[in-house]
Amino acid sequence: MLMNDFVVRFAGEGGQGVVTSAEGLAQASTQVGYHALTYATFPSQILGGPTWTQARICTEPILSSGDQVDVLVAFNEEAYETHAEEVREGGVIIYNADDFTMTDPRSFGLAVDSLARSTGNNRAANMVVIGALAQLVHMPQDYLEDFVEARFRRGRDNDDEIISSNIEAMRLGRQNAAESGFVLGDLAPPNPPDYQQLMLKGNEAIALGATHAGVQFYAGYPISPATTILLWMERNLVGEDKFAYQVSSEIEAITAILGAGYAGKKAMTATAGPGISLMSEGLGLAWMAEIPLVVVDVQRGGPATGLPTTTEQSDLMGCLFPAHGDVRMPIIAPGSVEECFYGAVQAVNWAERYQGPVILMSEMSMAERVQNIPRPDLSKVAVEERLTYEGGNGYHRYSGHELSPMPLPGGPGSYVANGSEHDEMGDTTHLPSRHIQMTERRFSKLRLLEENHYESDNTQAKIALMPWGGSKGPVREAYDALREEGVDIGWYYTMFLHPIPPKLRDELRAKELVIVPELNYQGQWANILRFHRVASTPITQYTGLPFKVSELVTRVKEIMAEHMEEARA
Amino acid sequence: MSKKNPEYDFKWCPGCGDFGVRRALEFAMINRLEETGLPIENNVVVAGIGCSGNLVHLLEGEQPYGIHGIHGRTLPVAMGVKMARPELNVIVVAGDGDFLSIGGEHIAPQAARNVNVTAVIMDNGVYGLTKGQSSPTTEMGAVTSSTPFGKVEEDLDPLELYLTLGVSFIASGFSGQPRVLARLINEGMNHDGMSMIHVQSPCVTYNDTFQLIKGNAKEGIAPALWDIPDDHDPSSKQAAYDLVQQGGLPVGVIYKDESRASLEGNMGSIRAKARERSIDQLMDAYAF
Ligand SMILES: Cc1ncc(C[n+]2csc(CCOP(=O)(O)OP(=O)(O)O)c2C)c(N)n1
Ligand code: SF4
Ligand SMILES: [Mg+2]
Repeated sequence: MLMNDFVVRFAGEGGQGVVTSAEGLAQASTQVGYHALTYATFPSQILGGPTWTQARICTEPILSSGDQVDVLVAFNEEAYETHAEEVREGGVIIYNADDFTMTDPRSFGLAVDSLARSTGNNRAANMVVIGALAQLVHMPQDYLEDFVEARFRRGRDNDDEIISSNIEAMRLGRQNAAESGFVLGDLAPPNPPDYQQLMLKGNEAIALGATHAGVQFYAGYPISPATTILLWMERNLVGEDKFAYQVSSEIEAITAILGAGYAGKKAMTATAGPGISLMSEGLGLAWMAEIPLVVVDVQRGGPATGLPTTTEQSDLMGCLFPAHGDVRMPIIAPGSVEECFYGAVQAVNWAERYQGPVILMSEMSMAERVQNIPRPDLSKVAVEERLTYEGGNGYHRYSGHELSPMPLPGGPGSYVANGSEHDEMGDTTHLPSRHIQMTERRFSKLRLLEENHYESDNTQAKIALMPWGGSKGPVREAYDALREEGVDIGWYYTMFLHPIPPKLRDELRAKELVIVPELNYQGQWANILRFHRVASTPITQYTGLPFKVSELVTRVKEIMAEHMEEARA
Repeated sequence: MSKKNPEYDFKWCPGCGDFGVRRALEFAMINRLEETGLPIENNVVVAGIGCSGNLVHLLEGEQPYGIHGIHGRTLPVAMGVKMARPELNVIVVAGDGDFLSIGGEHIAPQAARNVNVTAVIMDNGVYGLTKGQSSPTTEMGAVTSSTPFGKVEEDLDPLELYLTLGVSFIASGFSGQPRVLARLINEGMNHDGMSMIHVQSPCVTYNDTFQLIKGNAKEGIAPALWDIPDDHDPSSKQAAYDLVQQGGLPVGVIYKDESRASLEGNMGSIRAKARERSIDQLMDAYAF
């Protein structure tokens, strides 16, 4: 049987090679021209603890982590018990025979560590696994050897030794799998993309996008799943005029980037839900005093400390309205690793363009998954600069109802950036006429951020699907499956949630029903759409896991059937 | 505000100590202009929330840049401005409530970093703007609007706190001596690292301590104010501790550690260890 799609779940304890095996398989596959995506979960403890990662290999670009598990690699018995149910009919289970034995007829044992040790390279255990997996789908040996060569040829004295032990490990894995007699089919040969690619995680894409956009100042406080952005910045945002720093809290992070934004720098921080809560007052100040800055919220589950290592889309209301008083933050919510890059560039551009805070909302599932994406052509990714004041002293920074040039400290045009309501010079005032003017001014600037790109398909349908953020991938797969079945449903998607592109809003208003699958209890985006007078209804899930395509297909059909019934009644 | 702005609707009470601090800061900025030739706009005044923070709107003459933000966050805002644009001179003005209570969590880390900003703390031993509640420096036992039966918390000694937290320049002054205070502020500005000028700036409405500070011979009240003698060695931490233990209101430089590099300096040295890469090179790391 020819397969276009191959899904492997690796499960075990932290430290057993669950993640390295999955990422190794993904890298080996992309190297020879397949597309790959991993979905990672984390143990919530430092040593050990149950964890799993899924790798999906396809001949075509990938949208989701896949819910048909072809192979489960169980590194220990608990992993087998937890995940065996997820294996599709006809699927295979490989268990770590060094750790336990079992008799499931779908399974065979692989002595992962002892086989690795027999090559003289204890660290080659994941290669044993990759070799066995390759055998199950008849992936040619030379593909794997090319990967090993590319990965381990580093100009060290013992390169040859390392490479040959890794190749031997793969051969042993292959041999064991062949002897087991299990076969899944033949993975179709890859269609190597004719463009340059990158293989990276969502958080890395955000960091690269921000850097391209000109971020020069970064302050952050460690928190899962945003920490990797801080670490990336501390390592890479170095050199003249650049500054990255771990400060003492999210309150320090937001206020420090506010100071930097005021002083003329493109400034950013990244955090997760608990940090957004602490940044509330600072975000309000940036809105009030009109100071450009970008806050990345890599969402995780739950209120308070919640579920630090799971994925959820439950911060939307909190990010739109993070602060007291009349505020409404611009929100960009990328829906893929690739969009994390472009979303980050645009978030920085927006902050500079409208002179205020912008929130970029990502999710744990995108932050930590590895995916191949087309390498962005930077010559085509525009970077915007702030409108700065060039005149003399005596300037009225906050005059009028529209955006005005921003003075840079050190030069003429001094003013007070004031978090109290203020007059045109930035002095505190309580005059009703000023509060009216300034409130309208702050909201009017949002118009500068309208008119953005959105996706639409089958637009004449009366019912449409509209996911947001990281649910885009699975929902798009569900949409494709529904269309294939002949279901008349439309598709809308944008990462620009606020302000929403006005044309998109108008199209959505014309629908009988807009179905919004989202990973939260309240149906937060569906609620926002109702503010916009769109007839929306959510499909919610709050498991800490992403949507499964098959379940989405069923639930969409149910909602459509109900709607037809109501329409008839 | 260079001239009277009819829209600005905040006024200090007549006789408020903060007038003197304002005068001192104006002198200090002019002194700095004369010393360095850098324009007044080279100064950024980061103000806390309180009667004290309104100083940023009430400055007369040439206007510096200012940020009048949120309660308690002057230090991290100032760090942001300074590390973004080290060529700017960054000055914090904040009240005792703003700086030592809600903002207290920022003193230790910013002192450890030795961020090169100058903080002028305007201590009136009370929350003025919110009408007379107790603050960390309100005396234990004092009756205020929020301690109707007397304050039950030990009062904080800010000078000792700054010493303990490792602030590298500490001075103490009185708002009634603007020229003296200006000199202390200038010395703080010239210090390469975090400087704190703690000022007694009495609130005539809710906690009038002028008489206690200056004394009143007729009523037999000895002045709390005393000048730090010339033989005090501000480079000695022990001498500084001994000095603040003497109580009263010392005027002068208490402690000055010039051996430590500022955050800018330390960032400059770690830069040598890091390799700066272009965006293309950074992307190459993910290419395959
Ligand atoms: C988060 C927050 N909490 C409370 C307040 C109310 N508030 C404004 S000023 C102030 C105290 C000011 O005391 P201090 O810093 O000593 O300044 P002073 O008025 O005495 O100069 C308080 C509690 C506020 N603005 N923000
Ligand atoms: S209340 Fe006190 S601190 Fe505030 S202006 Fe009046 S005298 Fe000054
Ligand atoms: Mg006070």
